[in-house]
Amino acid sequence: MTATLTPYVPRDYSLTGPEAARAVQAGLASAEWYHSDVPRKVMKDLMQRRDGPALRDTAIWLGLMLATGAGGVATWGTWWAVPFFLVYGVLYGSACDSRWHECGHGTAFRTPWMNDAVYHLASFLVMRNPVSWRWSHARHHTDTIIVGRDPEIGHFRPPQLMLAALHFIGIPDIFLHFRVLARNAAGIITPDEADYIPETERPKAIFAARVHMAIYAGAAVWALASWSFLPLMLIGGPRIYGTWHMVMTGLIQHGGLAEDVLDHRLNSRTVYMNPISRWIYWNMNYHIEHHMFPMVPYHALPRIHALIKDDLPPPDPSIWAAYKGMIATLWRQRTDPTHTLFRALPPTARPYRADLHRFDVERGGA
Amino acid sequence: MTIWLDVCAVEEIDPEDVMRFDHEGRTFAIYRSAKGEVFATDGLCTHEKVHLADGLVIGDTIECPKHNGRFNYRTGAPLRSPVCVALATYPARIAAGRIEIAPGGAA
Repeated sequence: MTATLTPYVPRDYSLTGPEAARAVQAGLASAEWYHSDVPRKVMKDLMQRRDGPALRDTAIWLGLMLATGAGGVATWGTWWAVPFFLVYGVLYGSACDSRWHECGHGTAFRTPWMNDAVYHLASFLVMRNPVSWRWSHARHHTDTIIVGRDPEIGHFRPPQLMLAALHFIGIPDIFLHFRVLARNAAGIITPDEADYIPETERPKAIFAARVHMAIYAGAAVWALASWSFLPLMLIGGPRIYGTWHMVMTGLIQHGGLAEDVLDHRLNSRTVYMNPISRWIYWNMNYHIEHHMFPMVPYHALPRIHALIKDDLPPPDPSIWAAYKGMIATLWRQRTDPTHTLFRALPPTARPYRADLHRFDVERGGA
Repeated sequence: MTIWLDVCAVEEIDPEDVMRFDHEGRTFAIYRSAKGEVFATDGLCTHEKVHLADGLVIGDTIECPKHNGRFNYRTGAPLRSPVCVALATYPARIAAGRIEIAPGGAA
């Protein structure tokens, strides 16, 4: 169901513009968010960290990358290389995002150095500065889809659908990421970055960017010296030809849903999907649950979903269904940027709090 | 002279767990280690003022439920970003089966 919010005023999505001050003034910054009720003992059990599941998944991930990468190298120059690189590309250019994400939260493994090691590797693969993005993501969790506060809002209004489609081949993503890495490597931190990266962490961000840029420069030199695309098929290139799965799952996390609310049921989306996508995505399809309880590891998200699903909007039954709802909303937002997708809550759920969100949503949607 | 505040019976906090304790407008986190020792810190994370009592105790550390920052609850030292500022700690003890803390520090 849908509802129209207050008259639209073009919004400034930067972290240093007037929207930032407005969010603070409205009490939307670092606010208290809605949580479904979960008994402490149950939550304690759900939060428990284990090394086993992530060790298994990481061994499969790196093992498959090694095998398919080797297969691609061995068959380079023939059509047999195509299937190898199709798989290698997704493992590198898509699975890197979920590994970056979970290890950044520190929940994938129980052992801290394992989280850190996989986090740094995945940060390189996904082309994100491991220091600045850690802080950026912390802010995304503090102020999820609060305009002027959240540096990770994926859909600005009115939406640019062609640009969203280009993301499936890493454009303009990788150019933007490269620009940020190059700028950080040159020792420059922008005012937006300075808004969420503490001063003491900035030298680390600059150092990490220099390491990443040095590896990419090495790959470029190798490609030029061998006069072959092969080095770039192995390093960096998968962020173009293998990134589609990351974008496919990432766009539906919050797309078309509400801005400036304090209830993840209104701005995040849980989607049922096939087991292969869930493995690549490390269960982040349970996205409302992840935002509501970020300390629950990826392998426990299906359990917490089962526990609280009666308090959440019904999940989209498939990736296709999620896109159907999201695209219809984004299409309408082109001409009516105030249009927002609201999902009805089941009768068992605690209602959305209209007093917090300044719009009239009754149980079942408006 | 140290002023001790009564918090709760020892068994109200499971080993390797934490509980929230509010007193005169202040909020504390009270910990019971796996060995049965008790500790007290400020109740709110120094990063974004989230109640640590909703977090997870892992060994000697408390993990914030919002951003997964970690502190050593014995010393208050920050161990994992995004927390950078140490947590204030307070004396805690077990007396006659009850947990007591001294928010003003030990004399």
